[in-house]
Amino acid sequence: MSLTNLLTYVGLVAVFPGFVFTAVVGLLSSWFDRKLSARLQWRVGPPWYQSFADVAKLLGKETVVPAGSAKLVFLGAPFVGFAAVVVVSTILWMASIRPDGAFVGDLIVVLYLLYVPSLAIIIGGSASRNPFAALGASREMKLMLAYEVGFLISAFTLVVKNGGIVSLGGMVAYQQASGPMLSQGISCIIAFIVALIYVPAKLAVGPFDIPEAECELISGPFTEYSGVPLAAFKLTKAMLMCVLPVFLITVFATTAWSPWAILWYVLILVFVVLIKNTNPRLRIDQALRFFWGPVLVLSIVGIVLASLGL
Amino acid sequence: MEENERKLSKLSRWGLKKSPWAFHLNTGSCNNCDIEILDVLTPKYDAERFGIVLVGSPRHADVLLVTGIVTMQTYPRLLHVYEQTAKPCLVVAIGACACSGGIFDGSYHMVGPLDKIIPVDVYIPGCPPRPEAIIDGVVKGLAKL
Ligand code: SF4
Repeated sequence: MSLTNLLTYVGLVAVFPGFVFTAVVGLLSSWFDRKLSARLQWRVGPPWYQSFADVAKLLGKETVVPAGSAKLVFLGAPFVGFAAVVVVSTILWMASIRPDGAFVGDLIVVLYLLYVPSLAIIIGGSASRNPFAALGASREMKLMLAYEVGFLISAFTLVVKNGGIVSLGGMVAYQQASGPMLSQGISCIIAFIVALIYVPAKLAVGPFDIPEAECELISGPFTEYSGVPLAAFKLTKAMLMCVLPVFLITVFATTAWSPWAILWYVLILVFVVLIKNTNPRLRIDQALRFFWGPVLVLSIVGIVLASLGL
Repeated sequence: MEENERKLSKLSRWGLKKSPWAFHLNTGSCNNCDIEILDVLTPKYDAERFGIVLVGSPRHADVLLVTGIVTMQTYPRLLHVYEQTAKPCLVVAIGACACSGGIFDGSYHMVGPLDKIIPVDVYIPGCPPRPEAIIDGVVKGLAKL
């Protein structure tokens, strides 16, 4: 590989569609979340640079490692999750910018990498030797078991529907040729609804902020984190807030890069914020029942309809 | 405690001023000051305009809002929380009790006032202080950083 090639790849991961770009969009999205929540509660809300200030501050603060914690794992976990999100964001953006390029990501790789931030939260929380963090980690684990099944089924509904294309670039190209997935039948709409419900659960906001539950668990797995590792977790969350809507848009609703994509993005964010502000937190068993009951049934109906060609 | 003098980069200093996360610690107050702190977070005063957020863990805190006279019961806990807080942090004594002992001054169970135990950056007197006074105090304290 020549040097210019290498530099291009580094630039792709670190600056343009990768880290810097996604982090900026993600931090702005998390500000949008806080501002809209504030307006819904008749407050003024924070200024636009709020999330940037949070991260800048955390980078300068002391990093405390609690006595008796597994130091390497405790400090390493946030960065593993962070790296996974950076890679996912690069793959996703590249798939929509250059569907036929050499950088074509695979749907399955993205689905796997999306697990990693949650795993990092679980591992970091368990390593921090704090009862609240351990409880939060165990709840995160149960929540993950709950929401992933329906989401995976809904992702594969699309694969059934488009005739077995599992690469993201292929999916984008397919939609450019024959219209966005969402317009291709009832099964895709059902899959989209299931995927929409997955977003707040994955972000652990809204009625699904069960692992962090600040009035019972302090802040769950993050209780012992401070300084730079906490900043890494906050950035990971903010970037996920950008990555998940972009993923949904890529697989469900791309035709080409158009203002519609931005509208879709804002609509998905507004949906998440509205759900968050109008629903009280579920108990972990209620969340499990919800995802393994109605949501799972819905997603199975979707995949059956898709295999019937609807 | 010398950690509190930690050197901060310009960027982090700016961040600290724009996003002070507060941890609320009651060291034996009559609960009235605590209610006034919660008032600051209500839609009427909306402290999130300044980036002030109430956090549950002292590890995340930049501002310790301490109320009460520091009783014998709470004294070790106060020390624990102060040590757990990631530095640099701002310690704010809220109410006459935390500033000087207030009406409980001289009680048999009093270890405080607060500045005998940990370094205090801002004193907000009043029994209890008004929410405006609390916001004003925190903002003045941040200007000192
Ligand atoms: S200062 Fe007054 S209101 Fe505040 S805790 Fe003391 S006695 Fe209560």
